[in-house]
Amino acid sequence: MSTRRVVITGMGVLSPLGIGVADNWRRLCAGESGIGPITRFDTTEYPTKIAGEVPGFEPTQWIAKRELRQMDLFIQYAIAGAAMAVADAGLDRVPVADPERFGVFVGAGLGGISTLESTIAALKEKGPRHGISPYFVPAIIVNLAAGQISIRHNARGPNLSHVSACSTGAHSIGEAFRTIVYGTADVMIAGGTESTVTPLGIGGFCSSRALSTRNDEPTKASRPFTASRDGFVLSEGCGLLVLEELGHARARGATILAEIVGYGLSADAHHITMPSPGGEGAQRCMKMALRDAGLAAEQVGYINAHGTSTAADATETQAIRAVFGAHADRLAVSSTKSMHGHLLGAAGGLEAAITVLALRHGILPPTINLDDPDPECDLDYVPHTARPAQVEYAMSNSFGFGGTNAALIFRRAEF
Amino acid sequence: MTTTKTNDIEAKVIAIVCEQLDVRADDVAPTKTFTDDLGADSLAIVELVLAFEEAFHLKIPDNEVDGIKTVGNAIDYIKKHANSAS
Repeated sequence: MSTRRVVITGMGVLSPLGIGVADNWRRLCAGESGIGPITRFDTTEYPTKIAGEVPGFEPTQWIAKRELRQMDLFIQYAIAGAAMAVADAGLDRVPVADPERFGVFVGAGLGGISTLESTIAALKEKGPRHGISPYFVPAIIVNLAAGQISIRHNARGPNLSHVSACSTGAHSIGEAFRTIVYGTADVMIAGGTESTVTPLGIGGFCSSRALSTRNDEPTKASRPFTASRDGFVLSEGCGLLVLEELGHARARGATILAEIVGYGLSADAHHITMPSPGGEGAQRCMKMALRDAGLAAEQVGYINAHGTSTAADATETQAIRAVFGAHADRLAVSSTKSMHGHLLGAAGGLEAAITVLALRHGILPPTINLDDPDPECDLDYVPHTARPAQVEYAMSNSFGFGGTNAALIFRRAEF
Repeated sequence: MTTTKTNDIEAKVIAIVCEQLDVRADDVAPTKTFTDDLGADSLAIVELVLAFEEAFHLKIPDNEVDGIKTVGNAIDYIKKHANSAS
Protein backbone atom coordinates (compact mmCIF):
# COMPACT_ATOMS: atom_id res chain seq x y z
CA MET A 1 0.00 0.00 0.00
CA SER A 2 1.49 3.35 -1.02
CA THR A 3 1.91 6.20 1.41
CA ARG A 4 -0.98 8.61 1.57
CA ARG A 5 -0.23 12.15 0.42
CA VAL A 6 -1.51 15.24 2.20
CA VAL A 7 -2.36 18.61 0.69
CA ILE A 8 -3.50 21.99 2.00
CA THR A 9 -6.97 22.95 0.79
CA GLY A 10 -7.85 25.93 2.98
CA MET A 11 -6.36 28.51 5.33
CA GLY A 12 -7.62 30.98 7.92
CA VAL A 13 -5.47 33.57 9.67
CA LEU A 14 -5.78 36.50 12.09
CA SER A 15 -2.72 38.57 12.92
CA PRO A 16 -1.62 42.15 13.54
CA LEU A 17 -1.61 42.45 9.74
CA GLY A 18 -5.33 41.85 9.61
CA ILE A 19 -8.14 39.35 9.56
CA GLY A 20 -8.06 36.88 6.68
CA VAL A 21 -5.49 35.64 4.20
CA ALA A 22 -6.05 38.43 1.66
CA ASP A 23 -5.23 41.34 3.98
CA ASN A 24 -2.29 39.49 5.53
CA TRP A 25 -0.74 38.53 2.19
CA ARG A 26 -1.21 41.99 0.70
CA ARG A 27 0.53 43.65 3.64
CA LEU A 28 3.30 41.05 3.78
CA CYS A 29 4.06 41.66 0.11
CA ALA A 30 4.03 45.41 0.74
CA GLY A 31 6.52 45.00 3.59
CA GLU A 32 4.20 46.58 6.13
CA SER A 33 4.37 46.21 9.90
CA GLY A 34 1.36 45.50 12.11
CA ILE A 35 3.11 46.49 15.36
CA GLY A 36 1.89 49.44 17.42
CA PRO A 37 1.33 50.69 20.98
CA ILE A 38 -0.48 48.33 23.36
CA THR A 39 -4.11 49.37 23.80
CA ARG A 40 -5.39 46.54 26.00
CA PHE A 41 -4.07 47.75 29.36
CA ASP A 42 -2.17 50.62 30.97
CA THR A 43 1.53 50.07 30.20
CA THR A 44 2.84 52.96 32.33
CA GLU A 45 4.84 50.68 34.61
CA TYR A 46 5.95 48.24 31.90
CA PRO A 47 9.28 48.55 30.08
CA THR A 48 7.67 47.31 26.85
CA LYS A 49 4.71 49.33 25.59
CA ILE A 50 4.30 47.84 22.12
CA ALA A 51 2.79 44.66 20.72
CA GLY A 52 1.06 43.20 17.68
CA GLU A 53 -2.67 43.32 18.33
CA VAL A 54 -5.25 41.99 15.88
CA PRO A 55 -7.02 45.07 14.45
CA GLY A 56 -10.77 45.44 14.27
CA PHE A 57 -11.86 42.02 15.53
CA GLU A 58 -15.63 41.96 16.01
CA PRO A 59 -16.46 38.76 17.95
CA THR A 60 -20.18 38.81 17.17
CA GLN A 61 -19.34 38.47 13.50
CA TRP A 62 -18.29 34.90 14.27
CA ILE A 63 -19.92 33.95 17.57
CA ALA A 64 -23.37 34.45 19.11
CA LYS A 65 -23.23 37.16 21.77
CA ARG A 66 -24.44 34.88 24.55
CA GLU A 67 -21.64 32.43 23.85
CA LEU A 68 -18.79 34.92 24.15
CA ARG A 69 -18.65 34.51 27.92
CA GLN A 70 -17.71 30.85 27.38
CA MET A 71 -14.43 31.68 25.74
CA ASP A 72 -11.26 33.64 26.24
CA LEU A 73 -10.12 35.71 23.25
CA PHE A 74 -7.67 33.02 22.08
CA ILE A 75 -10.62 30.66 21.56
CA GLN A 76 -12.59 33.37 19.75
CA TYR A 77 -9.68 33.80 17.34
CA ALA A 78 -9.57 30.03 16.79
CA ILE A 79 -13.27 29.94 15.93
CA ALA A 80 -12.87 32.81 13.45
CA GLY A 81 -9.75 31.24 11.94
CA ALA A 82 -11.47 27.88 11.55
CA ALA A 83 -14.55 29.46 9.95
CA MET A 84 -12.33 31.16 7.39
CA ALA A 85 -10.24 28.04 6.73
CA VAL A 86 -13.31 25.84 6.28
CA ALA A 87 -14.91 28.39 3.93
CA ASP A 88 -11.63 28.67 2.00
CA ALA A 89 -11.65 24.89 1.59
CA GLY A 90 -15.24 24.95 0.33
CA LEU A 91 -16.29 22.73 3.22
CA ASP A 92 -18.91 25.18 4.46
CA ARG A 93 -20.97 24.58 1.34
CA VAL A 94 -20.46 20.82 1.20
CA PRO A 95 -19.48 19.47 4.63
CA VAL A 96 -16.97 16.63 5.06
CA ALA A 97 -18.67 13.39 3.97
CA ASP A 98 -17.57 11.38 7.00
CA PRO A 99 -17.38 13.58 10.11
CA GLU A 100 -15.64 10.80 12.03
CA ARG A 101 -12.64 11.20 9.75
CA PHE A 102 -12.54 14.99 10.22
CA GLY A 103 -10.36 16.07 13.14
CA VAL A 104 -8.99 19.18 14.82
CA PHE A 105 -5.46 19.70 16.19
CA VAL A 106 -5.40 23.32 17.39
CA GLY A 107 -3.23 24.34 20.32
CA ALA A 108 -1.98 27.39 22.16
CA GLY A 109 1.17 28.15 24.10
CA LEU A 110 -0.35 29.90 27.11
CA GLY A 111 -4.12 29.84 26.66
CA GLY A 112 -6.71 31.89 28.50
CA ILE A 113 -4.49 34.20 30.51
CA SER A 114 -6.63 37.31 30.20
CA THR A 115 -9.74 35.54 31.52
CA LEU A 116 -7.59 34.08 34.29
CA GLU A 117 -6.43 37.58 35.28
CA SER A 118 -9.91 39.10 35.27
CA THR A 119 -11.34 36.17 37.23
CA ILE A 120 -8.66 36.45 39.90
CA ALA A 121 -9.58 40.11 40.33
CA ALA A 122 -13.31 39.26 40.51
CA LEU A 123 -12.58 36.51 43.03
CA LYS A 124 -10.83 38.98 45.33
CA GLU A 125 -13.64 41.46 44.99
CA LYS A 126 -16.71 39.22 45.18
CA GLY A 127 -15.55 35.87 46.56
CA PRO A 128 -15.82 32.51 44.79
CA ARG A 129 -19.60 32.27 44.35
CA HIS A 130 -20.02 35.50 42.41
CA GLY A 131 -16.46 36.05 41.28
CA ILE A 132 -15.90 32.84 39.35
CA SER A 133 -18.14 32.29 36.34
CA PRO A 134 -19.47 28.77 35.72
CA TYR A 135 -17.79 29.16 32.33
CA PHE A 136 -14.37 29.94 33.79
CA VAL A 137 -12.79 26.55 33.21
CA PRO A 138 -14.01 25.92 29.64
CA ALA A 139 -13.18 29.55 28.83
CA ILE A 140 -9.49 29.25 29.62
CA ILE A 141 -8.24 25.73 29.00
CA VAL A 142 -6.16 25.32 25.87
CA ASN A 143 -8.02 22.38 24.38
CA LEU A 144 -11.31 24.23 24.20
CA ALA A 145 -9.91 25.93 21.08
CA ALA A 146 -10.02 22.52 19.39
CA GLY A 147 -13.21 21.63 21.23
CA GLN A 148 -15.18 24.70 20.13
CA ILE A 149 -14.04 24.20 16.53
CA SER A 150 -15.15 20.56 16.56
CA ILE A 151 -18.59 21.54 17.93
CA ARG A 152 -19.12 24.18 15.30
CA HIS A 153 -17.99 22.04 12.38
CA ASN A 154 -19.22 18.63 13.51
CA ALA A 155 -15.64 17.34 13.43
CA ARG A 156 -15.90 13.97 15.15
CA GLY A 157 -12.40 12.73 14.42
CA PRO A 158 -9.22 13.13 16.49
CA ASN A 159 -9.42 16.16 18.77
CA LEU A 160 -6.30 17.39 20.51
CA SER A 161 -4.26 20.39 21.51
CA HIS A 162 -0.51 20.27 21.37
CA VAL A 163 1.30 22.69 23.65
CA SER A 164 4.93 23.44 22.83
CA ALA A 165 5.34 27.17 23.33
CA CYS A 166 6.42 28.88 20.11
CA SER A 167 6.41 25.57 18.22
CA THR A 168 2.77 24.78 19.03
CA GLY A 169 1.32 25.78 15.66
CA ALA A 170 3.95 23.90 13.67
CA HIS A 171 3.70 20.76 15.82
CA SER A 172 -0.09 20.82 15.46
CA ILE A 173 0.25 20.86 11.67
CA GLY A 174 2.97 18.22 11.63
CA GLU A 175 0.99 15.87 13.84
CA ALA A 176 -2.15 16.42 11.75
CA PHE A 177 -0.07 15.52 8.67
CA ARG A 178 1.05 12.29 10.37
CA THR A 179 -2.53 11.50 11.42
CA ILE A 180 -3.77 11.65 7.83
CA VAL A 181 -0.80 9.64 6.52
CA TYR A 182 -1.42 7.03 9.24
CA GLY A 183 -5.02 6.76 8.07
CA THR A 184 -6.97 7.94 11.13
CA ALA A 185 -8.44 10.95 9.36
CA ASP A 186 -8.93 12.39 5.89
CA VAL A 187 -9.40 16.06 6.79
CA MET A 188 -7.78 17.95 9.67
CA ILE A 189 -7.96 21.56 10.80
CA ALA A 190 -4.55 22.27 12.33
CA GLY A 191 -2.50 25.14 13.68
CA GLY A 192 -2.31 27.44 16.67
CA THR A 193 -4.00 30.37 18.37
CA GLU A 194 -2.89 32.82 21.05
CA SER A 195 -3.89 36.02 22.81
CA THR A 196 -1.59 37.12 25.60
CA VAL A 197 -1.40 40.93 25.30
CA THR A 198 -2.16 41.27 29.01
CA PRO A 199 -0.30 42.47 32.12
CA LEU A 200 0.99 38.98 32.89
CA GLY A 201 1.62 38.03 29.28
CA ILE A 202 3.62 41.15 28.48
CA GLY A 203 4.96 41.48 32.02
CA GLY A 204 6.19 37.91 32.15
CA PHE A 205 8.29 38.27 29.01
CA CYS A 206 9.43 41.74 30.16
CA SER A 207 10.73 40.25 33.36
CA SER A 208 12.70 37.69 31.36
CA ARG A 209 14.10 40.64 29.37
CA ALA A 210 12.89 38.92 26.21
CA LEU A 211 10.92 41.79 24.64
CA SER A 212 12.05 44.76 22.59
CA THR A 213 11.70 48.12 24.36
CA ARG A 214 11.87 50.16 21.15
CA ASN A 215 8.61 51.86 22.18
CA ASP A 216 9.16 55.07 20.20
CA GLU A 217 9.40 53.20 16.88
CA PRO A 218 7.02 50.24 17.11
CA THR A 219 7.12 49.30 13.41
CA LYS A 220 10.92 49.01 13.58
CA ALA A 221 11.12 47.08 16.83
CA SER A 222 10.91 43.58 15.34
CA ARG A 223 14.16 43.50 13.40
CA PRO A 224 15.47 39.94 13.07
CA PHE A 225 19.08 39.36 12.05
CA THR A 226 20.12 43.00 12.67
CA ALA A 227 22.90 44.24 14.93
CA SER A 228 20.49 46.48 16.84
CA ARG A 229 17.81 43.87 17.58
CA ASP A 230 16.80 43.98 21.25
CA GLY A 231 14.16 41.32 21.75
CA PHE A 232 10.95 40.08 20.20
CA VAL A 233 7.61 41.82 19.83
CA LEU A 234 4.72 39.87 21.32
CA SER A 235 1.71 39.42 19.05
CA GLU A 236 -1.62 37.64 19.03
CA GLY A 237 -3.76 35.88 16.47
CA CYS A 238 -4.41 32.53 14.87
CA GLY A 239 -3.11 30.51 11.92
CA LEU A 240 -5.01 27.42 10.76
CA LEU A 241 -4.65 25.14 7.75
CA VAL A 242 -7.05 22.56 6.37
CA LEU A 243 -4.99 19.44 5.66
CA GLU A 244 -6.60 16.85 3.43
CA GLU A 245 -5.71 13.47 1.97
CA LEU A 246 -4.96 13.98 -1.71
CA GLY A 247 -7.55 11.54 -3.09
CA HIS A 248 -10.24 12.97 -0.84
CA ALA A 249 -9.40 16.50 -2.06
CA ARG A 250 -9.41 15.49 -5.73
CA ALA A 251 -12.68 13.58 -5.41
CA ARG A 252 -14.53 16.70 -4.28
CA GLY A 253 -12.72 19.01 -6.71
CA ALA A 254 -11.00 21.01 -3.99
CA THR A 255 -8.47 23.68 -4.86
CA ILE A 256 -5.06 22.45 -3.75
CA LEU A 257 -2.93 25.24 -2.32
CA ALA A 258 0.25 23.21 -1.64
CA GLU A 259 1.39 19.78 -0.52
CA ILE A 260 2.89 19.11 2.89
CA VAL A 261 5.80 16.73 2.39
CA GLY A 262 7.99 16.75 5.49
CA TYR A 263 7.92 17.17 9.26
CA GLY A 264 10.78 17.13 11.71
CA LEU A 265 10.91 17.60 15.45
CA SER A 266 13.57 17.45 18.13
CA ALA A 267 14.60 18.60 21.58
CA ASP A 268 17.68 20.66 22.40
CA ALA A 269 17.91 19.14 25.88
CA HIS A 270 19.88 22.22 26.78
CA HIS A 271 18.18 25.26 28.38
CA ILE A 272 14.74 26.52 29.35
CA THR A 273 14.87 29.57 27.07
CA MET A 274 18.17 29.61 25.12
CA PRO A 275 18.85 27.39 22.09
CA SER A 276 21.68 24.86 22.12
CA PRO A 277 25.01 26.24 20.86
CA GLY A 278 25.28 26.18 17.08
CA GLY A 279 21.58 25.33 17.00
CA GLU A 280 22.42 21.65 17.38
CA GLY A 281 18.82 20.74 18.17
CA ALA A 282 17.47 22.84 15.30
CA GLN A 283 19.92 21.16 12.92
CA ARG A 284 18.62 17.71 13.81
CA CYS A 285 15.08 18.95 13.41
CA MET A 286 15.64 20.40 9.92
CA LYS A 287 17.56 17.31 8.81
CA MET A 288 14.75 15.11 10.04
CA ALA A 289 12.22 17.12 8.01
CA LEU A 290 14.39 16.75 4.90
CA ARG A 291 14.72 12.99 5.45
CA ASP A 292 10.99 12.72 6.05
CA ALA A 293 10.35 14.49 2.74
CA GLY A 294 12.98 12.43 0.95
CA LEU A 295 14.73 15.62 -0.13
CA ALA A 296 18.33 16.69 -0.50
CA ALA A 297 19.09 19.99 1.22
CA GLU A 298 19.76 21.61 -2.18
CA GLN A 299 16.14 21.14 -3.21
CA VAL A 300 14.84 23.69 -0.70
CA GLY A 301 14.55 27.20 -2.14
CA TYR A 302 13.08 29.23 0.73
CA ILE A 303 12.96 29.05 4.52
CA ASN A 304 10.46 31.01 6.61
CA ALA A 305 12.72 31.39 9.63
CA HIS A 306 11.79 31.36 13.29
CA GLY A 307 13.75 34.64 13.42
CA THR A 308 12.33 36.26 16.55
CA SER A 309 14.62 39.35 16.65
CA THR A 310 16.59 37.99 19.61
CA ALA A 311 20.14 36.75 20.11
CA ALA A 312 18.93 33.33 18.94
CA ASP A 313 18.73 34.63 15.35
CA ALA A 314 22.49 34.05 15.05
CA THR A 315 22.05 30.50 16.34
CA GLU A 316 19.39 29.78 13.74
CA THR A 317 21.73 31.15 11.05
CA GLN A 318 24.48 28.79 12.21
CA ALA A 319 22.05 25.87 12.19
CA ILE A 320 20.91 26.65 8.64
CA ARG A 321 24.52 26.86 7.46
CA ALA A 322 25.34 23.55 9.11
CA VAL A 323 22.38 21.76 7.50
CA PHE A 324 22.51 23.31 4.03
CA GLY A 325 26.27 23.68 3.59
CA ALA A 326 27.23 25.54 0.42
CA HIS A 327 23.58 25.71 -0.59
CA ALA A 328 22.92 28.03 2.37
CA ASP A 329 24.27 30.94 0.30
CA ARG A 330 21.76 30.19 -2.46
CA LEU A 331 18.81 29.92 -0.06
CA ALA A 332 16.35 32.74 0.52
CA VAL A 333 15.54 32.99 4.24
CA SER A 334 13.09 35.53 5.61
CA SER A 335 11.56 36.22 9.00
CA THR A 336 8.04 37.53 8.59
CA LYS A 337 8.03 38.13 12.35
CA SER A 338 9.66 41.41 11.25
CA MET A 339 6.16 42.41 10.11
CA HIS A 340 3.66 40.47 12.26
CA GLY A 341 5.70 39.94 15.42
CA HIS A 342 5.81 36.73 17.44
CA LEU A 343 2.42 35.06 17.74
CA LEU A 344 3.75 32.48 20.25
CA GLY A 345 1.50 29.41 20.00
CA ALA A 346 -0.05 30.72 16.79
CA ALA A 347 3.30 31.58 15.14
CA GLY A 348 3.88 28.19 13.53
CA GLY A 349 0.35 28.16 12.12
CA LEU A 350 0.51 31.65 10.64
CA GLU A 351 3.99 31.10 9.26
CA ALA A 352 3.01 27.79 7.65
CA ALA A 353 0.18 29.63 5.91
CA ILE A 354 2.61 32.31 4.74
CA THR A 355 4.99 29.64 3.42
CA VAL A 356 2.12 28.08 1.43
CA LEU A 357 1.24 31.51 0.02
CA ALA A 358 4.85 32.14 -0.98
CA LEU A 359 4.89 28.87 -2.94
CA ARG A 360 1.48 29.46 -4.48
CA HIS A 361 2.04 33.04 -5.59
CA GLY A 362 5.74 32.76 -6.39
CA ILE A 363 6.59 35.70 -4.11
CA LEU A 364 8.92 35.53 -1.11
CA PRO A 365 7.89 37.91 1.71
CA PRO A 366 10.76 40.05 3.01
CA THR A 367 12.56 40.55 6.29
CA ILE A 368 11.86 44.23 6.89
CA ASN A 369 13.91 46.56 9.12
CA LEU A 370 17.09 44.84 7.95
CA ASP A 371 18.98 48.15 7.94
CA ASP A 372 22.02 47.03 9.94
CA PRO A 373 22.68 43.30 9.46
CA ASP A 374 24.51 41.54 12.27
CA PRO A 375 27.84 40.28 10.86
CA GLU A 376 27.02 36.90 12.45
CA CYS A 377 23.81 36.76 10.42
CA ASP A 378 25.03 36.57 6.86
CA LEU A 379 22.46 34.74 4.80
CA ASP A 380 20.17 36.16 2.11
CA TYR A 381 17.25 37.25 4.30
CA VAL A 382 15.26 38.86 1.42
CA PRO A 383 15.87 42.33 2.86
CA HIS A 384 13.21 45.06 2.78
CA THR A 385 11.19 44.08 -0.30
CA ALA A 386 9.20 41.05 -1.37
CA ARG A 387 10.86 39.10 -4.15
CA PRO A 388 9.23 37.25 -7.05
CA ALA A 389 10.68 33.73 -7.10
CA GLN A 390 9.34 30.35 -8.18
CA VAL A 391 10.36 27.93 -5.48
CA GLU A 392 9.40 24.26 -5.44
CA TYR A 393 10.12 23.34 -1.82
CA ALA A 394 9.98 25.64 1.20
CA MET A 395 10.63 25.04 4.89
CA SER A 396 9.10 26.73 7.94
CA ASN A 397 10.99 26.68 11.27
CA SER A 398 9.69 27.07 14.81
CA PHE A 399 11.75 26.78 18.00
CA GLY A 400 10.14 27.03 21.43
CA PHE A 401 11.04 27.63 25.09
CA GLY A 402 12.28 24.44 26.63
CA GLY A 403 14.18 23.63 23.44
CA THR A 404 11.30 22.13 21.48
CA ASN A 405 11.82 22.35 17.72
CA ALA A 406 9.65 21.87 14.66
CA ALA A 407 10.24 22.10 10.92
CA LEU A 408 7.67 21.67 8.16
CA ILE A 409 8.37 21.33 4.44
CA PHE A 410 5.82 22.26 1.80
CA ARG A 411 5.84 21.68 -1.94
CA ARG A 412 4.31 23.98 -4.51
CA ALA A 413 1.09 22.52 -5.88
CA GLU A 414 1.05 21.51 -9.50
CA PHE A 415 -2.32 19.80 -9.47
CA MET B 1 -46.01 43.29 49.00
CA THR B 2 -47.36 46.20 46.95
CA THR B 3 -48.40 45.76 43.34
CA THR B 4 -45.70 48.19 42.26
CA LYS B 5 -43.01 46.14 43.90
CA THR B 6 -44.41 42.93 42.39
CA ASN B 7 -44.33 44.47 38.93
CA ASP B 8 -40.82 45.78 39.55
CA ILE B 9 -39.62 42.31 40.39
CA GLU B 10 -41.25 40.82 37.31
CA ALA B 11 -39.79 43.49 35.04
CA LYS B 12 -36.35 43.11 36.56
CA VAL B 13 -36.40 39.31 36.24
CA ILE B 14 -37.38 39.59 32.57
CA ALA B 15 -34.64 42.15 31.97
CA ILE B 16 -32.04 39.87 33.54
CA VAL B 17 -33.24 36.86 31.51
CA CYS B 18 -33.04 38.94 28.31
CA GLU B 19 -29.53 40.10 29.10
CA GLN B 20 -28.19 36.73 30.22
CA LEU B 21 -29.75 34.58 27.51
CA ASP B 22 -29.72 37.24 24.77
CA VAL B 23 -33.43 36.91 24.06
CA ARG B 24 -36.12 39.54 23.49
CA ALA B 25 -38.61 40.54 26.16
CA ASP B 26 -41.48 39.38 23.89
CA ASP B 27 -40.10 35.84 24.06
CA VAL B 28 -39.94 35.80 27.84
CA ALA B 29 -43.44 34.72 28.95
CA PRO B 30 -43.85 33.26 32.48
CA THR B 31 -44.59 29.82 31.04
CA LYS B 32 -41.34 29.63 29.07
CA THR B 33 -38.80 27.09 30.30
CA PHE B 34 -35.19 28.20 30.52
CA THR B 35 -33.79 25.05 28.93
CA ASP B 36 -36.18 23.98 26.17
CA ASP B 37 -37.75 27.32 25.25
CA LEU B 38 -34.94 29.79 25.91
CA GLY B 39 -31.98 27.54 25.05
CA ALA B 40 -30.07 27.71 28.34
CA ASP B 41 -27.70 24.88 29.16
CA SER B 42 -26.86 23.92 32.75
CA LEU B 43 -24.03 26.45 33.01
CA ALA B 44 -26.20 29.26 31.66
CA ILE B 45 -28.78 28.47 34.34
CA VAL B 46 -26.12 28.68 37.05
CA GLU B 47 -25.11 32.11 35.72
CA LEU B 48 -28.72 33.22 35.52
CA VAL B 49 -29.31 32.25 39.15
CA LEU B 50 -26.16 34.12 40.22
CA ALA B 51 -27.39 37.19 38.36
CA PHE B 52 -30.73 36.97 40.22
CA GLU B 53 -28.80 36.69 43.51
CA GLU B 54 -26.76 39.80 42.81
CA ALA B 55 -29.71 41.84 41.57
CA PHE B 56 -32.09 40.93 44.40
CA HIS B 57 -29.58 40.50 47.24
CA LEU B 58 -30.58 36.99 48.12
CA LYS B 59 -29.09 33.54 47.95
CA ILE B 60 -30.67 30.68 46.02
CA PRO B 61 -29.36 27.34 47.31
CA ASP B 62 -28.51 24.70 44.70
CA ASN B 63 -31.32 22.40 45.84
CA GLU B 64 -33.84 25.16 45.15
CA VAL B 65 -32.49 25.81 41.65
CA ASP B 66 -33.97 22.51 40.42
CA GLY B 67 -37.43 23.89 41.10
CA ILE B 68 -36.83 27.00 39.00
CA LYS B 69 -37.61 25.65 35.55
CA THR B 70 -39.66 28.49 34.04
CA VAL B 71 -39.57 32.26 34.03
CA GLY B 72 -42.67 32.15 36.22
CA ASN B 73 -40.91 29.88 38.75
CA ALA B 74 -38.10 32.44 39.01
CA ILE B 75 -40.48 35.36 39.47
CA ASP B 76 -42.43 33.50 42.15
CA TYR B 77 -39.31 32.44 44.03
CA ILE B 78 -37.88 35.93 44.07
CA LYS B 79 -41.15 37.54 45.10
CA LYS B 80 -41.30 35.12 48.02
CA HIS B 81 -37.68 35.55 49.16
CA ALA B 82 -36.80 39.11 48.19
CA ASN B 83 -39.48 40.30 50.58
CA SER B 84 -37.73 38.76 53.53
CA ALA B 85 -34.30 40.02 52.48
CA SER B 86 -33.48 43.75 52.54
